[in-house]
Amino acid sequence: MKHLRSIGELGKEGLERLLESTAQMAEINRRPIPKVPALRGKTVVSLFFEDSTRTRLSFETAAKRLSAETMTFSVSTSSVNKGESLRDTVETISDMGVHAFVVRHKSAGVPWQISQWTSASIINAGDGAHQHPTQAIVDCYTVREALGLTALNGLRVSIVGDIKHSRVARSNVAAFTLLGAHVTLVAPPTLLPANIETWPVKVAHSLDDVMPSTDVLYMLRLQSERMDQGLIPHLGEYSNRFGLTETRAQKLQDSAVVMHPGPMNRGVEMHIDPADLPNSLIHKQVANGVSARMAVLFDVLARGGELNSLQEESV
Amino acid sequence: MNREIKVASGKAVMSGPDVSRAISRIAHEIVERNQGAHNVVLVGLQRGGTWIADQLAERIAQIEPGLNVPNGSLDVSMHRDDIGLRPIVPGAISDIPFDINGAVVVLVDDVLYTGRTVRAALEGLNNFGRPRSVQLAVIVDRGHRELPIRPDFVGKNIPTQINDEVEVSVDGVVITAVQS
Repeated sequence: MKHLRSIGELGKEGLERLLESTAQMAEINRRPIPKVPALRGKTVVSLFFEDSTRTRLSFETAAKRLSAETMTFSVSTSSVNKGESLRDTVETISDMGVHAFVVRHKSAGVPWQISQWTSASIINAGDGAHQHPTQAIVDCYTVREALGLTALNGLRVSIVGDIKHSRVARSNVAAFTLLGAHVTLVAPPTLLPANIETWPVKVAHSLDDVMPSTDVLYMLRLQSERMDQGLIPHLGEYSNRFGLTETRAQKLQDSAVVMHPGPMNRGVEMHIDPADLPNSLIHKQVANGVSARMAVLFDVLARGGELNSLQEESV
Repeated sequence: MNREIKVASGKAVMSGPDVSRAISRIAHEIVERNQGAHNVVLVGLQRGGTWIADQLAERIAQIEPGLNVPNGSLDVSMHRDDIGLRPIVPGAISDIPFDINGAVVVLVDDVLYTGRTVRAALEGLNNFGRPRSVQLAVIVDRGHRELPIRPDFVGKNIPTQINDEVEVSVDGVVITAVQS
């Protein structure tokens, strides 16, 4: 694939290829020296117009473990502050000889727009409330690994919280559905998007009701930085009804797992310390983030050109 | 796009029993060369070499009773020198659950051709440790080397055309001529 911008664009076959490749990368990360020369000579730039800890660092670690060069762009110290436009910024960096852009931006669609201005590959690391495909790959891989499954047919995934602003929810609904899981969204009506009936999901408004019939409980972060329209009457009320408390956690089946894409709002959606949850996959999600992003970078940057004589050279 | 056409059916150059006998002989040679193989570990190259490494481990256990040679596998797709020149072939997962520092590593593959896979394997092995020495066992050496690499243990030397396809399995070795 040339770009990774959304799960829909990736498709089921692509998603499964990347999950398989993630397992291969995870083995490299377990080696005494976790570094391979696969992407020598390639340059990856992370272009983050929004804050990030784990996505950005895991992409940079992933690129380094594959021996690619990395460049980091941060808005606060760039010429964006002098009024340089997005297009000029991208074209300038592109001129330096870059093979892939890892892009995060507050506006949906930016990765598609950028791919018209450069011949480099575009990897979406989050565009507004639209898509965050690498997070979904990490999450699907983590679930498959933890439950020892290859197909997720019939698995009941409940995604809880601020669906409206969540690109993680959009990518995860698409990815889990492609793999055969049944997704239920749990949120107050004000935190659901307008066209929710067109999504391939069930909707619930009570977390207590769905807890016993959940295999994967996926808690989302309440995005207070995007919360300026009075969507929830009171943080405490939201937290009471949709937060994961110790009492509520006991309603989960013993086999159920808990996930969170981070960063966590302790005391808002997470009352319980994840360390106290027996089946928390939250740390696994971070650890697997590097492997999944290695798989994505390799898939995007190591593509062969046209079929040529080398293809049949098997030995 | 050039489509390659297989011409006629393949020619069998080794039978199943031939392959089995070759593996037995190589097992003996590994034990002989390494004075009993106590420091030897086997690493089969994914995917064609792993079943051969499994069989070698079994035979060595028969030759030297009580000796269980550690047996792992290595995928070299991330170390190849032709990444980006050809479509991505899904790799397999390496599994070397033992320490190779100071060990005599015998790399095992089905066919030795250009030598590029072995070069990649030597590099990949470095990520796991520093072996005392590395030896190479293959069932078929088909020639056409592009690098200064030679095998230590060979099932059979089989001259081939550069376009031939060589397939090794428990049922024998088959060469198929391919014309582009």
